[in-house]
Amino acid sequence: MNILRRRARFGVLLATTSVVAAGLVGCSSSSTSDAKGSATPFTCPTTTQGDWSPTTPAPTTSLPTTSAGGTVNIVAYSVPKPAYDALSSAFTATPAGSGVQFKASYGPSGTQSKNVLAGQKADYVGFSVGSDLTKLVPSKVAAGWDSGPTKGIVSDSVVVIAVRKGNPKHICGWDDLIKSGVKIVTPDPATSGSAKWNILAAYEHVLLNGGTDDQAQAYLASFFKNVVVRASSGAVATTQFTSGTGDALISYEDEAIDARQAGQSIDYVVPAQSFLIENPVATTIGAAQSATNFLNFAESSAGQTVFAQTGFRPTIAGINPGPVKGANDPNNPFPNPQKIETIDQLGGWSAVNDKFFSATGIVTKIEGSS
Amino acid sequence: MAIDVDTAPAVTAQVTAGAVRPPRRPRRGGLPLRGASGTSLGIIVVWMSLLILIPLAAVIGKAFGSGFGAFTDAITSPETASALKLTLGLSAAVAVINAIMGAVVAWVLVRARFPGSGILEIVIDIPFALPTIVAGLVMLTLYNANSPIGITLVGTRTGLLITLLFVTLPFTVRTVQPVLLALDRDVEEAAASLGATPWVTFRRITLPQLAPAIISGAILSFARALGEYGSLVLISSNLPFKTEIASSVIYGKLQDADNAARSTQQAAAIATILLAASAVVLIVADVLQRRDSRRG
Amino acid sequence: MVDTGLDIPTPAPARGAQRTKRIRPATLGLQSLAVVYIGLLVVVPVIVIFYRTFQPGIHVFWSALETPESVHAFEMTGIVALCAVVINTVLGVAIALLLARYRFWGRGLLNAFVDLPVAVSPIVVGLALILVYGPTGWFGPFLERHGVVMIGAKPGMIIATAFVSLPLVVRALVPVLEQFGTDQEQAAATLGASAIVRLRRITLPTVRIALTYGIVLSLARCIGEYGAVLVVSNNIEGSTETAPLRVGNLVENSLDYNSAYAITFVLMMVSFLAILLGAYIRRRIRI
Repeated sequence: MNILRRRARFGVLLATTSVVAAGLVGCSSSSTSDAKGSATPFTCPTTTQGDWSPTTPAPTTSLPTTSAGGTVNIVAYSVPKPAYDALSSAFTATPAGSGVQFKASYGPSGTQSKNVLAGQKADYVGFSVGSDLTKLVPSKVAAGWDSGPTKGIVSDSVVVIAVRKGNPKHICGWDDLIKSGVKIVTPDPATSGSAKWNILAAYEHVLLNGGTDDQAQAYLASFFKNVVVRASSGAVATTQFTSGTGDALISYEDEAIDARQAGQSIDYVVPAQSFLIENPVATTIGAAQSATNFLNFAESSAGQTVFAQTGFRPTIAGINPGPVKGANDPNNPFPNPQKIETIDQLGGWSAVNDKFFSATGIVTKIEGSS
Repeated sequence: MAIDVDTAPAVTAQVTAGAVRPPRRPRRGGLPLRGASGTSLGIIVVWMSLLILIPLAAVIGKAFGSGFGAFTDAITSPETASALKLTLGLSAAVAVINAIMGAVVAWVLVRARFPGSGILEIVIDIPFALPTIVAGLVMLTLYNANSPIGITLVGTRTGLLITLLFVTLPFTVRTVQPVLLALDRDVEEAAASLGATPWVTFRRITLPQLAPAIISGAILSFARALGEYGSLVLISSNLPFKTEIASSVIYGKLQDADNAARSTQQAAAIATILLAASAVVLIVADVLQRRDSRRG
Repeated sequence: MVDTGLDIPTPAPARGAQRTKRIRPATLGLQSLAVVYIGLLVVVPVIVIFYRTFQPGIHVFWSALETPESVHAFEMTGIVALCAVVINTVLGVAIALLLARYRFWGRGLLNAFVDLPVAVSPIVVGLALILVYGPTGWFGPFLERHGVVMIGAKPGMIIATAFVSLPLVVRALVPVLEQFGTDQEQAAATLGASAIVRLRRITLPTVRIALTYGIVLSLARCIGEYGAVLVVSNNIEGSTETAPLRVGNLVENSLDYNSAYAITFVLMMVSFLAILLGAYIRRRIRI
């Protein structure tokens, strides 16, 4: 009897200690929100469309008829992998690209830029934000990369809000995001270009609606209170969202379309006010001729059509990609938001980085106090 | 050279385990340094400085280089403070759990062997030999959204705890085991013959002798858990205020492409806190060892 | 000093442990608890990984290992680990000899610092090395001017790896050295043998088993190092990416789990080899 009681006490002691230790840490269940959509899908009220579309004509330079061969090393931000996969396949089907091998590295835009500066092999670089490419001038990229008709921009998109299938939390615009209980997924601006576009869109929507800078900063503070992740890149944020974290993912329209093309059951909303995402590309100093051919292909009508089919908005006029799978309306894949802002209207990336992302910037201050 | 089977391994193991200091020969034993030895010591000191001391000094220097205010700002920022608290809490929990379970496992391996104990012995070493990222992937595969056993722990503190338990499993077991092996059973047998139940014998005779080894193993688990990164990075999802650990915060700040200088200073500040915690742990362990070897 | 997880010999249970064959329920309870704990914690996850590795088929497994990036990653791991182990062995023997055989001012300090790498986070190790050898570090610019690049290149990775595994060889050797005493060396010295000869022909052979054990542990550790190398190498695919780093990248960035499992499997096999080798060495000491 004594032995039994002692054994029981030992067992209880063991169990209690383990439970207490676990309680010390504080078990919390996984942060999956209701990943399944609601029974009745919710559609947001439609808004009048703005009027914006690219006006640059298609380039007239034709590609060479013989391929220069070799390997093209692509170093890009995290989001355009599907686009570049399709683009390189299309390129190798052309005479100029036959036999060309591609090696690609995708990651957060800021980190990729840092790596190229540190010596990572790159022939063709494509970043999310312009400042990540200008950092490479003049050591890795020759000045004048942005002197072409599209100013070095190869793809466009807009900032959208991706939500769970059926939009159970009824998120239709920026103001719905700051409601209490809404969990926002957006990457970390310290490394991700996508994060910067998102933050600019969030901030500027207040100004586009006639608000003041103070109101925009207050909005941004509330916005950050609802952010629940620290993802290093746009693609990582998408993965976290599709794995069950959060209620709303702020990302490229292209990223939402690509996720849906890959079979993810999410919806996305193009908010009434958004920001025009413009992604720069360049070839590096000393890059192979095939890299230049590839870049010219990317900027040509054929290349822009491929971009459009993978969800990016073309940068030249007159591109008709056919139905785009994954878009909200495949036959009208790129609706224009009611109001849109561009980086040029804010004075370019230097000014924007200073104002928002520097040590004394608006975002740094808000993140430090949230 | 023949090795004395009975005493040498046990003593060696004990000494290796740190539970027993080798008999110290303070002054009389031990050769003084001269000639070739002196030069080699000089080389060692220079190398160790380059390798260990100078970089650590650089961390502390960077942490305080922008002033004490910047240091405190860096470590009291809400996200960082939460990460530090989480790291310390997890490490403490892991130390406690390991103290108990490590002793249990060591006991079973020494005093209650069964067919298959040999396999258990080898399995225990697995977490120690695995690369940390592999350990992380192993945990992620079992506890992700497509978990074959239906438990999802990605992005949870429980997931972090279980991964840390996996990684620190061998430490307590391997510190207690040799001590248990070398234990003199006479006193226990005497107690049993006087009527003490096995539990009383354990509690009043065996446990006090095991306590230094258990504590030593627990301290080791704590120190390891403090700095663990590779195994946690996959399962944590790095959610601020929830599963973001101190090492992740440091790494994130090192990746900052925009405000590199300031972020590096913040990273160094957090690193200094972790270093201080490790130093405290090492000092406590050393003090306990000296106390124990003096007594024993 | 704090144990680094070593114990050289684990002989069969001491006399008297199997005295009573009668299994008490308490004993059975403890045995079950131990088996269940370790089974759930270690065995189940490992089995699941094996299953997931080969579930897509053996050809997927092989093709993942044959890509140029994977081959390069393995090469990188091999080079860095071998160099680090060589450094650690040489240094480890020297430090162990000093700690075990000599007395000098600062011996206690050296003893403490040898254990430091165990208690320091590998990310902090990487940060520390960057602050000293990086492009804006204390020595970095000087070294770069003379053509030596540490951060983002092999030298830094080797030093980082050597740092974190330093204690293993030392802690394997010190107890054995202290135990065996200096009688034979002293006898050889009186007979005129120089220090190097003494080292090569007497000291090292005496401790060769412990030394082998330490090297095996150190090699396993160097191959598997992740955090410190992650920071110091800048993690550039095709350039400074080691096998462990590649596993992390494949999971986080490419979401290519199949390739990650393939590389993980290889790394696990290497670890198992190290464990079995270590167990074998331990058993040899029993003879």
